[in-house]
Amino acid sequence: MTYTTLIIIWFALWGLLWAVYFMLDGFDLGVGMLYPFLAKDENERKLLLNSIGPFWDGNEVWLITAGGATFAAFPTTYAVMFSFFYLPFMLILLGLIFRGTAIEFMNKSEGQTWKDLWKWALAAGSFLVAFLFGVAFANIFHGLPIDEQGYHGTLISLLNSYGILGGLLFTGLFILSGSIWIGIKTDNELSERVMNFSSKMWYGVLVLAVIFLVQTYFETSLYDIYIENPIWLIDLAIAVISLLLTKVFINKKDAIKAFITHSLLIVSTTFFGIIGLYPNMLPSSIDSKHSLTVFNSASSEYTLKIMFIVAIIFVPIVIFYQIMMYKIFSGKITEKDAHY
Amino acid sequence: MMDLVTLSRIQFALTVGFHFLFVPLTLGLVILVAIMETLYVKTDNPVYKNMAKFWGKLFIINFALGVVTGITMEFQFGTNWANYSKYVGDIFGAPLAIEATVAFFLESTFLGLWIYGWDKVSKKLHAFSIWMVALGTNLSAVWIIIANGWMQHPVGYVIRNGRAELVDFMAVVLNKYAWLTFFHTVLSGYVLSSFFVLGISAYHLLRKNQLDFFKKSFQIALVFAIFSSIMVAVVGDSNGSNVAEVQPSKFAAMESIWETQEGAPMYLLQIPSWNNDGNIIEAIGIPKLTSFLAFKDPNAKVIGLNDIPKEERPPVALVFYAFRIMVGLGVYFIVMSLLGWYLNRKGKLLDSPLYLKMLLYSIPLPYLAINLGWMVAEVGRQPWIVYGLMKTVDGVSPIPISQVWMTLIGVIIFYSILIIADIYLLVKYAKKGPDFDQPVQINISTSPSIQA
Repeated sequence: MTYTTLIIIWFALWGLLWAVYFMLDGFDLGVGMLYPFLAKDENERKLLLNSIGPFWDGNEVWLITAGGATFAAFPTTYAVMFSFFYLPFMLILLGLIFRGTAIEFMNKSEGQTWKDLWKWALAAGSFLVAFLFGVAFANIFHGLPIDEQGYHGTLISLLNSYGILGGLLFTGLFILSGSIWIGIKTDNELSERVMNFSSKMWYGVLVLAVIFLVQTYFETSLYDIYIENPIWLIDLAIAVISLLLTKVFINKKDAIKAFITHSLLIVSTTFFGIIGLYPNMLPSSIDSKHSLTVFNSASSEYTLKIMFIVAIIFVPIVIFYQIMMYKIFSGKITEKDAHY
Repeated sequence: MMDLVTLSRIQFALTVGFHFLFVPLTLGLVILVAIMETLYVKTDNPVYKNMAKFWGKLFIINFALGVVTGITMEFQFGTNWANYSKYVGDIFGAPLAIEATVAFFLESTFLGLWIYGWDKVSKKLHAFSIWMVALGTNLSAVWIIIANGWMQHPVGYVIRNGRAELVDFMAVVLNKYAWLTFFHTVLSGYVLSSFFVLGISAYHLLRKNQLDFFKKSFQIALVFAIFSSIMVAVVGDSNGSNVAEVQPSKFAAMESIWETQEGAPMYLLQIPSWNNDGNIIEAIGIPKLTSFLAFKDPNAKVIGLNDIPKEERPPVALVFYAFRIMVGLGVYFIVMSLLGWYLNRKGKLLDSPLYLKMLLYSIPLPYLAINLGWMVAEVGRQPWIVYGLMKTVDGVSPIPISQVWMTLIGVIIFYSILIIADIYLLVKYAKKGPDFDQPVQINISTSPSIQA
């Protein structure tokens, strides 16, 4: 395996880790955002919380792994990406902290104020994470103002129209993911209600996705690769088909299939951006010679090899026991399961 | 006004410090819970199940905060120490990524199974899952300390392409500095956890509350306390010798030694100056003791701080006092554990309210000792971010100082809220005591016979 191949494999793995993170944490962030609005009473709130209770922590580790892999495989990108996005990332971390603490602490004390505070911490935290990841990735796709002196943007400059659009798209995708997940995990009236909501939410996602695809054409150079190598359009095709199938399955009230196709939509949407970026990781919007590419930011060949060996041994093991976990807790949540 | 480096250092110290308030408890408490649950599987005695549940709940409350504050740590290398990350990422990133893949997934996934799986999986699988959490938690300490060990004592690299590049992964993994620190750190976590359990048990024993439950808890924690408090001192001693060998400036600061000398004495009364340039008082020396303790050779040469350029000396007084208080507390933990063993053997535990009270109020002490130990290790390494290779000032991110101010204030406010919520819950559940399994709730309206 040559150094170049190794680098490309790691770029693909890098994209995959982020995609899996968005797919998995997406649904529990979505449930977090819906939490104050969807449940009618205390009992339903407990059901919602229990639907993500066993999973959220394991899902969040995919983010830590994505971050760790960026650090190990592309240290320069890691350093530049997180220091450029200093404030947004600090806000994301804040969101993650409050989201996690809220899930664990909410029902551990009985006071109403206590519960209300954690309820909003959960919703706001989940929203911050979803929205700001969208903003960050849209800005990466768009290109950042980088020249020889470094980065010239601010938090406000990240909140440009395309960035906000990306934020809304992520938020919409995750909310839909969360609502379909609740549809899987609950039954009767709550499940029915949430599937009706998913059906409406789907149109929101459709509109955002269409605007995003069109704007991407005007705001970024992502399509260049697709024009040069139309074979990659297969990813976009998967995204479109997944989106449509999701609606079909929602209408059929088949929440499990809708969840699978919607997850595929999240993964293929992420890869739409990742493929379009290549060979850049952080393109400069000022001058492409200041862009960070996979080649000028990668670790040494030796480190990439070591990390590759670690990944092919351990990632399948992780996937194995995480799937076991989803199987063990595959049933619907009932009032009996209300541990929290 | 504070500069960017100082602010970034304060922020890093605060975020690690907060993180380090939660993590040590999880390192040991999870093992105690696993032992309790294993006893339940073996004996079928429900008191052990209740023990696993009660102490497990306190574990979960802490674990959540350990996880969420840990994420900040991982990303902070990029957000606040970008130049450091660029320079050493080829080496330093690997153990962090391995930590996530090998350890974090294990602990998080199996903890989910443990919390929610009481009625869903077999007793054995359930006990197995808490052992997996224990393994994951301790494995994560292995990898993060391998990463930190490399910063303390860099090995297995060359400087190439304007950065440190990895050439010998096994050298990094088998770094002696890292392994000594690892054992010292996890053992100190075990001390903290056992004193946590001892202290809360003492609280209930004082009130004659659930005697059987808390006596059993006390005894399990006591065995663990004796073992870990003695071992942490033994490993700490080897650790000190290793530091003397590979980090002479840190060792000199720990002992406040200014003149390079053979057969260095240990002074019983010693006050380092805050100007970082000598000792104000130095009296009652025991000849050759420092040399002997450090190198197991009474005539060994110890390098003094005067032979280290002023700008490469760590803040001596801070390291010196932190080290001494830590060692003093370590001795206290050994004495308290052995005393507990004696009282328990004589069956006098319940007749020793003073001892039980002291145990209760000792709960914060291991926290203090652990954070002081961490200060010795990290402040003692200054001004280096990677010992002898890169200075801390060169590692910082080129970010506007106002942004660091903002996040620093944010971190202080939000982490304080979390700490208060955490302590509130811990105290609440610890005081309440175990929640014995309620008999199955019977719906009165459908069971008229119960009403009669």
